[in-house]
Amino acid sequence: MDLTATTTIRKPAPEVYAFWRDLENLPTFMAHLDQVRTTGATTSHWSASAPFGKDLEWDAEIVDETPTEKIQWRSTGEAAVPNSGTVRFVPAPDGVSTEVHVALVYDLPGGAVGKAVAKYFGEEPHQLLDDDLRRLKQVLETGEVVRSDGAPWGKRAREEFPQRPAQPLSDAEVEKGAEA
Amino acid sequence: MRANTWAGRNKVEVRDVPDPRILNSRDAIVRITSTAICGSDLHLVDGYVPTMQDGDVLGHEFMGEVIEVGPGVARDRLSVGDRVVVPFPIACGACAACAAELYSCCENTNPNAGIAEKMFGHPVAGIFGYSHLTGGYAGGQAQYARVPFADVNPLRIESDLTDEQVLFLSDILPTGYMGAEMCDIQPTDVVAVWGAGPVGQFAMDSARVLGAARVIAIDKEPYRLRMAEQAGHTPVNFEEVDVRSALLELTGGRGPDKCIDAVGMEATHGSAHIAAYDRLKQAVRSETDRPHALRQAITSCRSGGVVSVIGVYGGLLDKFPAGAWMNRSLTLRTGQCHVQRYMKPLLARIERGEIDPTRIITHTLPLDEADRGFEIFKNKEEDCEKVVLKP
Repeated sequence: MDLTATTTIRKPAPEVYAFWRDLENLPTFMAHLDQVRTTGATTSHWSASAPFGKDLEWDAEIVDETPTEKIQWRSTGEAAVPNSGTVRFVPAPDGVSTEVHVALVYDLPGGAVGKAVAKYFGEEPHQLLDDDLRRLKQVLETGEVVRSDGAPWGKRAREEFPQRPAQPLSDAEVEKGAEA
Repeated sequence: MRANTWAGRNKVEVRDVPDPRILNSRDAIVRITSTAICGSDLHLVDGYVPTMQDGDVLGHEFMGEVIEVGPGVARDRLSVGDRVVVPFPIACGACAACAAELYSCCENTNPNAGIAEKMFGHPVAGIFGYSHLTGGYAGGQAQYARVPFADVNPLRIESDLTDEQVLFLSDILPTGYMGAEMCDIQPTDVVAVWGAGPVGQFAMDSARVLGAARVIAIDKEPYRLRMAEQAGHTPVNFEEVDVRSALLELTGGRGPDKCIDAVGMEATHGSAHIAAYDRLKQAVRSETDRPHALRQAITSCRSGGVVSVIGVYGGLLDKFPAGAWMNRSLTLRTGQCHVQRYMKPLLARIERGEIDPTRIITHTLPLDEADRGFEIFKNKEEDCEKVVLKP
């Protein structure tokens, strides 16, 4: 499965690149990721939960990078869902902003894990990546993922549709949401 | 707290809901002192805007006192105790749209941007109390509201103007003003405004303030036309006269130089068969909007004129007079109001006495009577023009 998405962020390329290059930042805006831990100069350990099956973890390495311009990575070892990705940072014509172009490739296995991943991405898989990039833009331009009453948990907005009503959260909901 | 909520098509209900809390670091919580029912709320309640949910708190025109600010709000921008008017579009202040002062097109404040993008091609800003398509934000027909990006959006009121004098800076006064501003009004212009509801009245007042030679009000409600006439505008009742003939008569056959559609998607029509055609197409969802006012504005406008659209449209419309628009060199301009752009200059105009926003208020009700407010506003009972609610 090949996914591509792009957005424009009103920050200079070095800043956007630096945020992405610290791979531990990825889970703040990528919905399917729980955690990314840096394990070396170019290596890292990734974990994803519900959508990819329970406690799915894999190692990854950066295979090519050009500071402020491009990062390319791939999973290594025995990943249950082998995957790779490229992100390019291109100065936008306005002289202020940066175009972020992302391409991801998932090598979907047979069996339950493959089915779970395919179901998670649905009929228009790029939409999830579009949403990820919207949150990246929110984080870099405004400082955090934007929350509303209908979508109070930030990066889980789309999977909650139809959402809870647009009314303030109860204490119980806040506690439950913080755990989830 | 008490809050007025959407309870299904044609039904609102004031209920007890949890008090709002800080969700993002740049939020503030406002204790609401005055709020209002907007014509666009009727589109939600009438069921013409998708993604409403039972329990959604309504309302996007509100003001009050700041009672809590998040840790990310600089104290010189907003502090507890400040008296503020809150603009209806939620803007981040940092994206390219905000940098261009296109606040209602903010790229960051709609968590449901992916849904909005499907309907509109590109997403739009978050709006208080205005469906999940615009973010799913609880609205301001309530005792309290959470205000995101509180260091960007609210306008502090530091003078002793009453709530009634400044409340409409939240939406309808800037919306009417932007409608007139988009017309690029010249001293020789005759400006015709379709719809003498609250936004239409403010579009008329703004057209006059911006120097129009004459302002014409088109509606069918005698009390609304009277209100416009008392403010110095020329009334045309489309149920009593043929609008085209009346406009030609008033302009020496030229047609109005500038036309403002302050009606939007639920227009009524003097001609029964055209009204029935649009109503039917809307009912079977093959047309979401009844665009009669827009069609008439386009065909009435003089060649080379401007048609400015501030009435709300939600989706698709039919029988758009593209031939008149193209062949007669008309300019069509529109937008959800970029309220933040206009709040300070319009506050100055209110302070100088150039515009009196209080002239449209006909009803002031307690919040608990919101359902009655919606009823009389929608059905135009008791000569209702504008309802202010007091939480």
